[in-house]
Amino acid sequence: MNHLPLIIKREYLTKVKNKSFIVMTILSPIIMIALISLVAYLSQLNNDKVRTITVLDESGLASDVFESTDKTIYNVLENMSLHDAKILTKEISSVGLLHIDKVENIDSISNHIKFYSEESPSLSLISDLESKLEKKLTNAKLLENGVDVDMINASRVRVNIAQESYAGEKSSKIDSVVKLIFGGLAGYLLFMFIIIYGNMIMRSVIEEKTSRIIEVIISSVKPIQLMLGKIIGTSLAGITQFVIWIIIGGILMGIVSVIFGIDVQTPQQDMMQQAMSNPELNMELQNAFTAFYNLPLLNLVIAFILFFIGGYLLYSSFYAAIGAAVDNETDTQQFMLPIIMPLILAVYIGIFTVIEDPHGTVSTVFSFIPLTSPVVMLMRIPFGVPLWQQLVSLLLLVMSFMFTVWFAAKIYRVGILMYGKKPTYKEIIKWIRY
Amino acid sequence: MSNLLEVNQVSKNFGDFKALNNVSISVPKGSIFGLLGPNGAGKTTLIRIINQITMPDSGTVILDGESLNAHHIKDIGYLPEERGLYKTMKVGEQALYLAQLKGLSKAEAKERLKYWFERLEIGDWWNKKIQELSKGMAQKIQFVVTVLHQPKLLIFDEPFSGFDPINANLIKDEILRLREDGATVIFSTHRMESVEELCDDIALIHKSNKILDGKLVDIKRQYKINTFEVGIHAANNEALKAELSQKFDVSLANFRTLEDDLKLNIKLSNGDKPNDLLHFLASKGDVSHFVELIPSVNDIFIQTVKNSK
Repeated sequence: MNHLPLIIKREYLTKVKNKSFIVMTILSPIIMIALISLVAYLSQLNNDKVRTITVLDESGLASDVFESTDKTIYNVLENMSLHDAKILTKEISSVGLLHIDKVENIDSISNHIKFYSEESPSLSLISDLESKLEKKLTNAKLLENGVDVDMINASRVRVNIAQESYAGEKSSKIDSVVKLIFGGLAGYLLFMFIIIYGNMIMRSVIEEKTSRIIEVIISSVKPIQLMLGKIIGTSLAGITQFVIWIIIGGILMGIVSVIFGIDVQTPQQDMMQQAMSNPELNMELQNAFTAFYNLPLLNLVIAFILFFIGGYLLYSSFYAAIGAAVDNETDTQQFMLPIIMPLILAVYIGIFTVIEDPHGTVSTVFSFIPLTSPVVMLMRIPFGVPLWQQLVSLLLLVMSFMFTVWFAAKIYRVGILMYGKKPTYKEIIKWIRY
Repeated sequence: MSNLLEVNQVSKNFGDFKALNNVSISVPKGSIFGLLGPNGAGKTTLIRIINQITMPDSGTVILDGESLNAHHIKDIGYLPEERGLYKTMKVGEQALYLAQLKGLSKAEAKERLKYWFERLEIGDWWNKKIQELSKGMAQKIQFVVTVLHQPKLLIFDEPFSGFDPINANLIKDEILRLREDGATVIFSTHRMESVEELCDDIALIHKSNKILDGKLVDIKRQYKINTFEVGIHAANNEALKAELSQKFDVSLANFRTLEDDLKLNIKLSNGDKPNDLLHFLASKGDVSHFVELIPSVNDIFIQTVKNSK
């Protein structure tokens, strides 16, 4: 008798009807959106604040550099002692005082510039001041040495190497970024899914053990049916939750951007406006769009589905086996490490190695090893992976997940009937021979 | 009467540990069969093999003339010792699910559940969650779920644990009724008084081996100790006791009588007949009590287990 559909249905319905599941499903996107809005709002607040910087330039070399903007007001002092300037700075609650001492010539100036402030100033503020001064002083120095600055500016040449594959596909730097984002997103999604719903499967196995219903159930169904039913049912519940998250998140995002439209959208809008006004950026934006359309989209979607399912089944059967081996959740720790390690390894390899060299030895090898291949391969695919590599990797993945399901079912079969003691690795290996 | 279940030469090892060693039992159709043994003897392993939860290393199991296979799952109802229900699931949903796993259709299961819930007066629990019920209440539901699909063979592992005496009695009556309706029952328990009361046949398993089996009456006959409990009111009790001590193996007995009787356990030697003893006693005084001492299952159990060591 095939009870798999019945088991899947029960697992799915119990998960979906569970109160905490419903609350999590609805609340998570709301909390996420609320947090994003809050951060956007706060950073806006921070940006709106006008800061005042007091400048005392005794050398007279750089006073004209400091032009006030909307957000920064330079209060340039003249004919004042350093001591008085400090007191004044404090009084008008300025961020700090930039002091340029009197100098003989430009060469020695860098030792005579100081920034006085109550609290240490932000890094961006200092580097902003530094670059302003550097530019001004360099020009002054060039002039002093008899070099025509305008001529230098006029002679500057910009290079942007266009990339093209032998097949004639054009690409650019921005291309790699787009690919990376897509690959990274796919890999990370799988990683999150495995951790969240793998744990859910484990808990549901442990629940059957602690409630002692397991023996009643397996006198009616084969343990492997129960295990597969659990994995599939929980995954379906997980997919349901993900889809609802995306829908609610999308709707909320829409509502929020309508209400606080400008608040949330500001960075993008700024970028767009800049892009419009700046032909160079506009080009890059266009490149990004072409890069997106140039992605092997069909390949990406199919590979995503296949590797996602394969990788998820591979790991979730381990989770089920762990759940069967222990009596309660606190005992799972020692068995979790060997599962989490390859997952984290995969994500790190994905992030560090694939960016560096998507077709290098390390990324290629790890996109074949079944435990890391789903994540790493998903990250590599946007960069164009030969079909044979994808197929071989997928074949290895399918073979190994069939093996782990078999292996996990063995542990599961014995483990679910063992109560009261925490097994060692050695004992678990022994169970396989029972 | 043919056997519903025959277990032939079944052995099972877990690693180096021998859980069952060439165990054979025969369970007659329509009987109540007691599977006895100390903790860890291998009873649960044997039951799990019959339920196809574990596979034997060697030996065969025949159910109703057929080698054990997958479709037999619906012919067996099993109430394990380690039992429970989904705590957060509603009683009705849960019972339906478990019944469907045993091959009943949803409609059929619903109808039968209604019948049983009414019978045990638990109809209003349908929408309650198990965690809202007491242990005894949950046990009732567990019992219903076990018998719902009308299996040929019912296996109860410590069925009365967790029941108060009233409900234990209720369940006992239900088991007897199920037997009347043609079911065969295997009982695994430590509670010897229920074995005494219910079982027709027993098998005793100790340290992975079957050390005793057969009809309960036959076994009792085999273990009979030829001792009679006697109460008599004679003219001179002391003199009578001295006289009896010369002829038989006599010890003082302990039971209640209305008069100040002489109370003795008298063991007959092989040649002696109970009737002769009764005649002799009648000639000496008024006999108020004359009972053969039959070893209890408990005694047999303890004695056999001790002897096998």
